[in-house]
Amino acid sequence: MDLLGSALAVSAIIFSLGVAGVLLRRNAIIVFMSIELMLNAVNLSFIALAQQLGPEGQVFVLFVMAVAAAEAVVGLAIIIAIYRHKQTVNLDKINLLSG
Amino acid sequence: MPTSVGWVWLVVVLPFLGFLANGLISLVKPQAKSAVSFIGVGVLVAAFAVAVAVVAGLSQDQQGAPYVLTYWSWMTVGGLEIAAALQVDQLSAVMLIVVTGVSALIHVFSVGYMRDDPGYPRYFAFLNLFVFFMVLLVLGASFPVMFVGWEGVGLCSYLLIGFWYLDKVNADAGKKAFLMNRIGDFGFLIAMFLIFQATGSLAFTEVFEAAPEAFTINGEIITLITWALLRGGAGKSAQIPLYTWLPDAMAGPTPVSALIHAATMVTAGVYLVARSNILFAMAPVSSVVVATVGAVTALFAATIALKQWDIKKVLAYSTVSQLGYMFLGVGVGAYAGGIFHLVTHAFFKALLFLGSGSVIFALHRAYHATHSHDDAQDMRNMGGMRKFMPWTFAVMWVATFAIAGIPGLSGFFSKDGILAVAFARGHDHPVFYLLWLMGVIAALLTAFYMTRLMLYTFHGPSRTGEGEQRHLAEAPWVMTGPLVVLALGSIFAGVLNLPHVLPNPGWLEHWLEPVTELSHRYWNEVHLAASTEWLLMAVATAIAVAGMAGAVIMLKPEKLKAAKEAPAETGIQKVLLKKWYVDEIYDALIVRPTVWMSRNVLWKFFDAGVIDGAMVNGSAWTARAVGFVGSAVQTGRLAWYLLVFVIGTLVLLRAVM
Repeated sequence: MDLLGSALAVSAIIFSLGVAGVLLRRNAIIVFMSIELMLNAVNLSFIALAQQLGPEGQVFVLFVMAVAAAEAVVGLAIIIAIYRHKQTVNLDKINLLSG
Repeated sequence: MPTSVGWVWLVVVLPFLGFLANGLISLVKPQAKSAVSFIGVGVLVAAFAVAVAVVAGLSQDQQGAPYVLTYWSWMTVGGLEIAAALQVDQLSAVMLIVVTGVSALIHVFSVGYMRDDPGYPRYFAFLNLFVFFMVLLVLGASFPVMFVGWEGVGLCSYLLIGFWYLDKVNADAGKKAFLMNRIGDFGFLIAMFLIFQATGSLAFTEVFEAAPEAFTINGEIITLITWALLRGGAGKSAQIPLYTWLPDAMAGPTPVSALIHAATMVTAGVYLVARSNILFAMAPVSSVVVATVGAVTALFAATIALKQWDIKKVLAYSTVSQLGYMFLGVGVGAYAGGIFHLVTHAFFKALLFLGSGSVIFALHRAYHATHSHDDAQDMRNMGGMRKFMPWTFAVMWVATFAIAGIPGLSGFFSKDGILAVAFARGHDHPVFYLLWLMGVIAALLTAFYMTRLMLYTFHGPSRTGEGEQRHLAEAPWVMTGPLVVLALGSIFAGVLNLPHVLPNPGWLEHWLEPVTELSHRYWNEVHLAASTEWLLMAVATAIAVAGMAGAVIMLKPEKLKAAKEAPAETGIQKVLLKKWYVDEIYDALIVRPTVWMSRNVLWKFFDAGVIDGAMVNGSAWTARAVGFVGSAVQTGRLAWYLLVFVIGTLVLLRAVM
């Protein structure tokens, strides 16, 4: 298996772990971390593909990292706000929109 | 075109201006009665004067007739072009003179009859409006323009029958007239649609010109059209089976009964058939139906009139019966004869109604003076009125002689003319002999019930209470004046169309020739030997004398009891008094099933069940149910949303790649 194939495989595994974490975990912090994991899995596949397809992939990675940083700020702030409000970050308890 | 024919629009507009002015007065200053009388009568006299000028102009130059005066284009839709146009020809001229002349006289009479009524301006406004629509009806140059007048007179009839609308009976009678007329008008509309489909036009001149090519003789289309027209005519002219509204229409003021429900509006059906004579001539089957409807109605209504106690009801059934004669006339192809009877009938029946109005007026005043609540229209409360009302007494006898068919008076000639043609048609088909026989029997009954009316009203001892008799008096001149004029008309109108065996015969027939000649080639020539004609006249005279003599011999006015003391009727007399129970039969067969159907099927099942239940509430219920099911998806759990989101993404990706 060549390097690109291995890199994409790892990327897919990490992405799936991220999806699984988002779907299965109840702790908002963990869910948040899983999202970061998915973003980074995508970054990895960008980098790997950039080896063959030119430098645009690397540019994208820089953008993703910048946006992810901003997203982390907003996301953590929301989680803290929720914690202050409900004294929990368990997502099952945060169900105000339930029909 | 003669100049004066161009003034014809004035005849239409003048009564309408009268309506506007009187309507305004009734809203603003109802106590201004003298202004109302002046305007209401004035416009009619002016309209009559113009009408005379128009007809004089027409008689000078008949070559150009029919004169169609187009004022503006009323509607243009695809191939349909309807102009707001009036038509002056020999037929509309006759109708115009009768309508405006009789209307003017009845307006004068109304000034006296209605003078104490609080609704005086409203009454004259409606009466003027009626004349406007009636003139439009007879002058319209196409079926739709005529239909406007046709519907308009129906509206005015409704408004005036229910004139004293505070009594529910009167309002109901108006409603009944309106509904029965709607049933007929439906036929008129269908006829118009079919005529337009067949000929591509609705203007009289064009339709009648196109008719010989557009229709086949006795074809299905022409038969259907004439049936539909007959239905319209039967509604307006109170023929079987739609006649029951007319006797109820007597709930209106008596001059209204005289004008609308005897002399003018109810003859519109006869006018319609005479106007469309070529259509009916091309559909012999329909013509026989018209004649049969007429003869049966003439006989049937006459039997009911035999036993009515209400003086106006007798006259109402008499009107239905006489309209039957007119239908018999136009049904056997005697179009001029039907119109002739229409003219003479307008005189003597208006006279009879106004005379009865005069009697009712006197009786009503007497009861008013003594605060009695007896029925002022019941003949059992009358008797001996000749002492109190000599003028009314005299002119009523003139009208009775005329309607009974005493030789020399107008009714004799017009009725005999129709019966003679019916008899002559017997050569073509024996069914006409039967129709003739029915007409003769109806004539016998007519002479009988009219004499009965006169005997019970004017002869014998007075059955009006002692106290009331002191208050009985002849009506004022403003009421007796029109009566005298109408009496002269009833006597002399016969010279318009004398039988062929007399000098100067058939003037009206000749005058109407340009209108009726279209249909001549579809009818066999009426041929009647002079001897036969004399014989028929002798028969008619004998019948009239027998009817009157029979009434004088059989009826004993001195034995009659006043309404309060009278015993109940039994047997056949009760059946006649109850008008053969036709109203009850209609009620059971048509009204109640319709009401039941409307209430239980249309309202409770369809409206409340299907519309309200299934559709309105059903759609709301469906939306709520879908919402209820759908809301279960909204768990509020983030993981669930994400799962759906991921699955959705995968499905999309699968679809794209």
